[in-house]
Amino acid sequence: MTSKNNGIVETKHFTYAQPPREFKLESGRTLGPITLAYETYGQLNEDKSNAILLMHAFSGNAHAAGFHPGDKDPGWWDFMIGPGRALDTEKYFILCANVIGACRGSTGPSSVNPKTGKPYGIDFPIVTIGDMVRTQKELIDHLGIKRLHGVIGGSMGGMTALQWVASYPDSVECVIPIATTLKHSPQQIAFNEVGRQAIMADPAWNGGNYYEGPFPDKGLAVARMLGHITFMSNESMEQKFSRRLKDDNSGFKFSADFEVEGYLQYRGSSFVKRFDANSYLYITKAMDYFDLSEGKLFARGDLLNVRFLVLAFKSDWLYPSAQSQEMVKQLKMRHVDATYCEGDSTYGHDTFLIESEKEKQSHLIKHFLAKRK
Amino acid sequence: MKSAIKRLDHQAICDLIEPESKVLDLGCGNGDLLHLLVTNKSVKAQGVELNNDAIHACVEKGLSVFHSDIDSGLPYYPDQSFDYVILNQSLQEVKGVESVIREALRVGRKVIIGFPNFAHIEARILLCFGGRAPISSSLPYEWYSTPNLRFLAVKDFRDFCRQKNYKILGARYLGKRGRVFFLPNLWALQAIFVITK
Repeated sequence: MTSKNNGIVETKHFTYAQPPREFKLESGRTLGPITLAYETYGQLNEDKSNAILLMHAFSGNAHAAGFHPGDKDPGWWDFMIGPGRALDTEKYFILCANVIGACRGSTGPSSVNPKTGKPYGIDFPIVTIGDMVRTQKELIDHLGIKRLHGVIGGSMGGMTALQWVASYPDSVECVIPIATTLKHSPQQIAFNEVGRQAIMADPAWNGGNYYEGPFPDKGLAVARMLGHITFMSNESMEQKFSRRLKDDNSGFKFSADFEVEGYLQYRGSSFVKRFDANSYLYITKAMDYFDLSEGKLFARGDLLNVRFLVLAFKSDWLYPSAQSQEMVKQLKMRHVDATYCEGDSTYGHDTFLIESEKEKQSHLIKHFLAKRK
Repeated sequence: MKSAIKRLDHQAICDLIEPESKVLDLGCGNGDLLHLLVTNKSVKAQGVELNNDAIHACVEKGLSVFHSDIDSGLPYYPDQSFDYVILNQSLQEVKGVESVIREALRVGRKVIIGFPNFAHIEARILLCFGGRAPISSSLPYEWYSTPNLRFLAVKDFRDFCRQKNYKILGARYLGKRGRVFFLPNLWALQAIFVITK
């Protein structure tokens, strides 16, 4: 292990809201117990003022950096986290938790309902981005952190970061929303709906009750294939695949002839191994319901003591930069300190997750976080 | 610690601005002027800049900057939210000059405009006797690669303010080595005006 990497890390779990003291969700329904899977990197300082909460994207999880024992690949933002990196573990205490509703260690539809002894399935209550944030606040409180130095995230992680500062405006100093929006447009809701319909059209979905098998892998894979198209740009697909044919193409048989088809199929089939179809339904709904537009971002505080670094990518057509600009406009109109930068990468929405594009993003984040009021 | 000032126009603008003012620099480049104003005058600074690398340089200096061109960046700011809006060496690159100045005067109480004086004697001689578009220290570009869309003189700008009913609160004229006090339309390489509505 070199000093430059994060070494072996382990996922921790925090469980609370044991019945009868269940957690009240935005919908009015209750949930308990709740478990949050989380990882931390770096050391919390004595006055607990150096914590940065990292929020994962839609299909992400708590494992943002370092390696799990036996794994070949590190966590999903490993290139951004570590000594000397943008989220410098020699300075900051980085915390990343899996959201509720998900399926990677935190309570979600695939978790066992204590009342029935079986997985919740679609008996799991609807959760919102607000609920995801409030459940994470319990974890932050549990760790004794009064104020976060920063909240940062891309895509859905950007929504949760924005929701965090909207819900707890006095508990955050810096907010870094990346490739995200104050609300989904009809186009974004539409893509999510096609994904959901693909899952529910799979007979194996069985009204959400499939945990004894078979699993709705076909539907979930199609949903993920659609997702992957929207994460890339036309230009990046041209560079990556062009119209090249696969080596084993059979020609005129509706099998995967083009490389792009093979790639999407591979992405779809590998996704079903790590993601729960019901979680897909719940989390995409939470994203669609999310709306901090028209001043709702400022409902609990004027945010005048908060600094924003808003990042977008020119080639991102899923979360077009106009949505980030609208966010910055809201901030500027209310005299909130905000920096906006539109990256010129050609990779589309996924740019923030691509290691080869890390230099510019890292530079901005590192210097932005370092500035103290 | 106060920073040493290297550029005459930066020095002049620094002299014009009261400490702790709220300042918006349109076309702030790599943030040198704003950084100077923050360290020497404790201003609350914001910038608007189009160039990606320049934005990175600004963030490195701890400045808040908005990635946009000047023409479309101003609607983002509420009325009279700045004491000063600066357009230094950027007005001549703007497409909608009238709307940008009108907008700048909406968001700021005073607007500082600095531009190269096209009627400087050196440019006149080059044009008159050289018979070619002038290339001088304040107009260093070839005709085919210049970012300047506008060529104006001190007198042009005064006429413009008179036409638009903008009040000129102050002016600084700069030559190669320092301020110019005599016949600025002939001797100034750069002019800096402070105007208000």
